[in-house]
Amino acid sequence: MPDPQLGADGRLNHLLSIDGLPPDTLTHILDTASSFLKVSDREVKKVPLLRGKSVFNLFFENSTRTRTTFEIAAKRLSADVINLDVGRSSTAKGETLLDTIDNLVAMHADMFVVRHASSGAPYLIAKHLRRVGRKDVHVINAGDGRHSHPTQGLLDMYTIRHFKRDFSGLTVVIVGDVLHSRVARSDIHALRILGAGEIRVVGPKTLLPSVIEHLGVRVFNDLAEGIRGCDVVIMLRLQNERMNGALLPSAGEYFQCYGLTPRILSLARPDAIVMHPGPMNRGVEIDSAVADSPRAVILSQVTFGIAVRMAVMSILAGN
Amino acid sequence: MQAENIHIRGGRLIDPKNGIDRQADVFVAAGKVRAIGETPADFSAARVIDAAGCVVCPGLVDLSARLSTLDSDLAAAVAGGITALACPPDTQPPLDEPGLVEQLVRQAESLGLARVFPIGALTRQLAGERLSETVSLSRAGCIAFSQATRPIFDTQVLLRAMQYAATFGHAVRLQPQDHYLARHGVAHDGRIAARLGLAVIPVCAETVALSTALNLAFDTGVRLHLSKLSSAAGVELIRQARARGLEVSCDVAIHHLHLADEDIGYFDGHARFDPPLRSAEDRAGLRAAVAEGLVAVCSDHTPVGEDGKQLPFDETSPGAVGLELLLPLLLRWAREDEVPLAAALARVTCDPAAILGIEAGSLEAGHRADLCVFAPDEPWRVTAATLRSREKNTPFLGGEMIGRVRATLVGGRAVYEAGQT
Repeated sequence: MPDPQLGADGRLNHLLSIDGLPPDTLTHILDTASSFLKVSDREVKKVPLLRGKSVFNLFFENSTRTRTTFEIAAKRLSADVINLDVGRSSTAKGETLLDTIDNLVAMHADMFVVRHASSGAPYLIAKHLRRVGRKDVHVINAGDGRHSHPTQGLLDMYTIRHFKRDFSGLTVVIVGDVLHSRVARSDIHALRILGAGEIRVVGPKTLLPSVIEHLGVRVFNDLAEGIRGCDVVIMLRLQNERMNGALLPSAGEYFQCYGLTPRILSLARPDAIVMHPGPMNRGVEIDSAVADSPRAVILSQVTFGIAVRMAVMSILAGN
Repeated sequence: MQAENIHIRGGRLIDPKNGIDRQADVFVAAGKVRAIGETPADFSAARVIDAAGCVVCPGLVDLSARLSTLDSDLAAAVAGGITALACPPDTQPPLDEPGLVEQLVRQAESLGLARVFPIGALTRQLAGERLSETVSLSRAGCIAFSQATRPIFDTQVLLRAMQYAATFGHAVRLQPQDHYLARHGVAHDGRIAARLGLAVIPVCAETVALSTALNLAFDTGVRLHLSKLSSAAGVELIRQARARGLEVSCDVAIHHLHLADEDIGYFDGHARFDPPLRSAEDRAGLRAAVAEGLVAVCSDHTPVGEDGKQLPFDETSPGAVGLELLLPLLLRWAREDEVPLAAALARVTCDPAAILGIEAGSLEAGHRADLCVFAPDEPWRVTAATLRSREKNTPFLGGEMIGRVRATLVGGRAVYEAGQT
């Protein structure tokens, strides 16, 4: 079964998931991002690579922050950006996802940035575009259900490479709600492809997929054990709604067991960095003393995120 | 179309129920099998069906097929060699009133294609709360009672439903899946769901529901049939219950003998099933259980319009059409697992007929002439054009099948012949 995000020549036609990407493609995106980082430091923060192109931000699920970073990235590439809050318009009127896409393609969209609550929704769009013969229209997955958030995974890799240079000897731990996390899946695939030394996940059994070890990770239920000797600590956001069901008894107990405090962090390597995809829940998954410490590189992630998204858009557009 | 004298000539007759597998002609008159082997003295054939190189077997009996458009689905059934089928009660509205059942039976009879045996709703509106009038429904033509895929939350209601059914000797069919354990789930709890980030339906959703159903069957003595098993662990529970003396029957949908969760690929909605496709190990367990005769096979024909499949995976409607693929997919399994043809055919003829308690599934002089003639080695491609059902939703679309029905007789009438419309 061919990967729908790759063209017949193996080139990246859509960015749907990190899973299945060749290592060279990943490295190429990171290298390209590196060159775009300088653009953001200039007085005129624009390059004309996407001039005349229309990028449609198609957010079926609300996320102001992610949408904004894509918007900034597209504008710095001189694209026209159209933001559609689809949750409140067409689907509310009963239009199907693919009807929406057909309409926007008729408006000469060149690129869709898609956020959707259902795992795999961007695949449906990509396969549809192929079926109707529009391989000139590209799809970027900006987060689909629990499945994938590839630009987040890429910016996390960019951050790790920036601070740690090389992946081969690294031990990386991902802590928290792996079950519902598209960020965790993207990071795991990216780390595996880039050859990280050891990938660990830590969380209670209610928040870990039952067969997560098949993704090539070591599973820990105890944070102190899982964090010991790590070079990189990636904390996951705990959604408030997880408290409503039977997954966890309370935010307080979660913090006691899985919250990142200075004491727990001291078990990692002394030069370990702390990452978080944001937005953070202080006092739930991370202690402010850690979040505000120099070990936390969370704001660097945000800055790198713009460059990475510029790189992805630019590569998909054929530059 | 009147019943006429038909001579089916030169075929290999396989009648699993009677242990027959030999070259023999079949003579049909007045809707019944008149003779097998020698031409009766006073027989003159109005037509001859050339069965050279073909298998002649009892018409297939399908334990579960949903009918969305009666004429195209029943035309698909006979094109697939199916002469009798049971349809689940989760129609719109559900089959919980005798009038609806009588109407369905009448409509089906007027088409004169495959015979339809409705399964009535076990509870009113399938809501799982109040018993439906199963005695009246039984008189109207229901051969069993089930909830289709709807849950009964209250186990006491399930107990009462079984007790009531046992009172009148009605069969109860359950699709074992614990509603809460399967809640929001769309895929097997395994490697694929972990990678694709799909909400899961663990195997324990099946085994927990099975344990409940089997325990209640022991206590009530109800005639229980469990439909659409999906896991090796589930099959094992049936095996144990049988060993303890419970007369319980079960089936598996043909798709589950060929597909596994890995066939979801990149979120292919055509691979969404209820119950979900499980692991390759589960599939092997199901295949072994079918081979040993523990489990019958059904098509689980479920028409879904293309609109219902062109959606994000978790929003797609589960199921696939299967009436025309039941036989070729059964033959594929038999070839792959080296199961003798007669044993394989038993799983879709005499076994399901015995489960349904209907006169079907065998070929004997004096019995109804419901039979199927198929070319076991003839290849054909599954396309929108070759399928007669109105909906074409199947993961096998575009694939090649080996084994094609040449002719189907229902009540002695040739209701389907290949190459004719």
